[in-house]
Amino acid sequence: MLRYTLRRLLLMIPVLIGVTFLIFLLQSFTPGDPASLVLGNDAEEEEKYEWREKYDLNDPLIVQYVKYMSRVVRGDFGVSYRTNKNVTLTILERWPTTFLVAVLSVSISVFLGMMLGIIAALNRNNWVDSFARFLGMLGVSMPNFWFALLLIMTFALKLKILPVSGFYGPEYWILPTASLGILGAAGLLRITRSSVLDCINADYVRTARSKGQKEGKIVMHHILRNALIPIVTSIGGYIAAALGGTIIMEQIFAISGLGKLMITAINTRDYPLLRGSVLLIATTTSVINLIVDLIYAQIDPRVKAAFKNSIKVRRLSEKAASASES
Amino acid sequence: MNNVDQKEVKINRREIRKRSMMQESLERLVRNKTAMAGFAVIVTVAILSALAGVICPEGYDAQDVTKAFIRPGKEYILGTDNLGRSMLARVLYGGRISLTIGIISTSISAALGIILGSLAGYYGNKVDNIIMRTLDVFHAIPNTLLAIAISSAMGGGIVNAMIAVGISGVPNFAKVVRAPILAVKESEFVEAARSIDATNARIIFRHILPNVLSPIIITITGQLAGSILAASSLSFLGLGVQPPMPEWGSLIANARQYIRDYSYLVSIPGLAIAAVVLSMNLFGDGLRDALDPKLKN
Amino acid sequence: MELQKEQVLEKTDEALLSVKNLTTYYITREIGTCKAVNDVSFEIKSGETLGLVGETGAGKTTIAYSILRLLQMPPAKIISGEIMWNGEDLLKMSAAKMRKIRGHEISMVFQDPMTALNPIDPVGDQIAEVIYLHKKVSRAEAKKLAAEMLEVVGIPKERFYEYPHQFSGGMKQRVVIAIALACNPKLLIADEPTTALDVTIQAQVLELMNDLKRKNGTSVLLITHDLGIIAEMCERVAVIYAGQIVELGTALDIFDNTAHPYTIGLFESLPSVASGRRLIPIPGMMPDPSNLPEGCKFAERCRYATDECRKQEIELVEVTPGHYCRCIHSRCKEG
Repeated sequence: MLRYTLRRLLLMIPVLIGVTFLIFLLQSFTPGDPASLVLGNDAEEEEKYEWREKYDLNDPLIVQYVKYMSRVVRGDFGVSYRTNKNVTLTILERWPTTFLVAVLSVSISVFLGMMLGIIAALNRNNWVDSFARFLGMLGVSMPNFWFALLLIMTFALKLKILPVSGFYGPEYWILPTASLGILGAAGLLRITRSSVLDCINADYVRTARSKGQKEGKIVMHHILRNALIPIVTSIGGYIAAALGGTIIMEQIFAISGLGKLMITAINTRDYPLLRGSVLLIATTTSVINLIVDLIYAQIDPRVKAAFKNSIKVRRLSEKAASASES
Repeated sequence: MNNVDQKEVKINRREIRKRSMMQESLERLVRNKTAMAGFAVIVTVAILSALAGVICPEGYDAQDVTKAFIRPGKEYILGTDNLGRSMLARVLYGGRISLTIGIISTSISAALGIILGSLAGYYGNKVDNIIMRTLDVFHAIPNTLLAIAISSAMGGGIVNAMIAVGISGVPNFAKVVRAPILAVKESEFVEAARSIDATNARIIFRHILPNVLSPIIITITGQLAGSILAASSLSFLGLGVQPPMPEWGSLIANARQYIRDYSYLVSIPGLAIAAVVLSMNLFGDGLRDALDPKLKN
Repeated sequence: MELQKEQVLEKTDEALLSVKNLTTYYITREIGTCKAVNDVSFEIKSGETLGLVGETGAGKTTIAYSILRLLQMPPAKIISGEIMWNGEDLLKMSAAKMRKIRGHEISMVFQDPMTALNPIDPVGDQIAEVIYLHKKVSRAEAKKLAAEMLEVVGIPKERFYEYPHQFSGGMKQRVVIAIALACNPKLLIADEPTTALDVTIQAQVLELMNDLKRKNGTSVLLITHDLGIIAEMCERVAVIYAGQIVELGTALDIFDNTAHPYTIGLFESLPSVASGRRLIPIPGMMPDPSNLPEGCKFAERCRYATDECRKQEIELVEVTPGHYCRCIHSRCKEG
């Protein structure tokens, strides 16, 4: 297992390099001159040129990239064009908020979604199941920003029990995490329901019943443990999606997180800040996916065996991922 | 005595009709009421949007400040916005935009994704590795962020939004196409076909295509729904469609400031998005059940 | 039929399991009512092996699942019948009582060993599970007994903690057998236990089952479509067609004095080196259980059929002592 983990960590490096390269590639498409944005449109051409010189922006893209990467391996992510503050510090300041919102949202999604999904599956031909499926469908069809606004309308404006925006205390966390959490739960509900139903009809469940096992034990020990496998594989994807959703929530609820920082950086062509932020998010996503895969291996002994042999590792996790998406 | 020769051996009562797989799937689909309801809604929305010019000849930007903020009722079915524009007009014309963005981005995703996935699956090994690693890079960045980054890098606007959403959908198609191709490639009947000297083209058409068609169709419906949502998010953030074009996401963005007193300005475009995406998802689910009833739960 | 059966009972021991007029349907929206099992009655005595022979789809597995009540209740429905065990009707028993019987007094070996075991539980634990359920022992003791059971079926007990995917099909089936026999049941229902296995492994598994059966005096309900296995293992045989018993008797009766045209057809469709004759397949297909014909269900494919066969339902009739046939033109020699 250790070898597998190390191998995965090593494989992360080319991916992250690819991410930085992608950002540089996008930079080349981008209209707008950072120098003009910082110094103002009316500044002298010479001034702008010198300013750009400071940040290597006059060099060809490849050179810029190489210079940037050589600094990155030394831990230097540069400074923000706009504020001149150290990028690493700025990002790390904002990061915990965003990360926590994402994690809390996913926790809500997992808890709510799995609960409802299991209830739906165990009530297969019931109105309970139909209702839960409808909720699930509805949840994945709503734009998250609209749902957040609906919640604001109801709880903050009409009922006045929660604040509209800002982020100054525990009650400010409720609406943003609930918005993402509830919609995410809809997707997990569908995955959980489908996975549990697959297991309910499995042959080994019939074997367990033929042993005279109690229904409760069958559900807990045989059905749910097996059903958990595809669910766990999809949670990694949910965290990535939650990070994306948090960016939007930060806009709506005026939360000073990394998302808001990134949007500002995009608008002001603040490349160092943008590069650093995206890299951080990509790293987090990759690390979380690795952790999820390790947990998945603990649950499913077939995968553990394959991971130990490190053969066709990618194929297995992909197979599981695609099985959970369907 | 042996009566077999004299009597006609009656074939089983059950009719053995020769039906193609597609015909059977189509029948199953039509029987699915919720899927058909979803389909009906999509078609209705499409028709209404197409007829937007007829229903609301004044266009989507007919401003009349004296008629601002009229709530939905007899005079204006969906009310008017802050500039007195009919919400019905805004939503109907917006429908055109959303559906167009959905179709075009999905086409981009499908075209690029199918090509990449096919190359990866068919040629395997090095080609597969390179393509999958590249897709990994896209996978490490959340979809929303990717769309935002690409769209704003290219300067925003509707075309760039379509490209951005299109590109972020490529990995989905690539993965979905690659898997059956890899599976078929390693299976025995391709070996058998080769042994009778079938050309590559024949192998592709006869053996690979049928296995790939179903997942592609299913992914297309899913991607259509997803791109409409993604596009509305982009517009909401101001990165997609520019005002005064009435994309539903930007309608919601505009309405945000009036949410306290005129919440219908927020609810209505959102309902439109939800209705269309929900119908597409219902239809897509029905499609999946029809194409592969073994997966039905 | 009922009258004659009762007379037979008086002569021999009490039956261990007595299935009476079992009728089970599958009802779905898409297909309608699928009449899988129609008025089936048979008995199994203590220590006896009864073979249930028939084609795929004849209803054999449904009968087995009905006995242990393992059917998925929608869409399946047990319409009528009694299954007497130890003086009680299994079909009317409470769920709690039924659970005490499953795995303990009656247990089952399933057809497909590849999917019958829980993939994330070690095989030893899966055997220990049934022991712990029915015997009053500690968990540790149950594991010990489970390990012994592994040895009994020929798997070294060092493999206790291995997972099903680490075993071949034949070994998985042995584990299933170990689970079924761990609590020494009085009746073992074996549903095509060797169908999914290689021929060489088949022989091993059958030998194992025979061994254990002899040592413990277990009765067996052996479901199969393979007449060879029937010859090896069964004292009495029931032939099932379209959810009905069409012939019932001792193995000798069935093999040497075949009565029903369907059974004759089954024998004729086996290749025979001795007689050198060609295979004679039975023409046509078994009728669709959701659309069964009137009268004899086999008439369409039967070379002896007459108009009378199609007019009314044919009853099971005793043709020689202890030998029953559902045919008005039965081909056996009078006893």
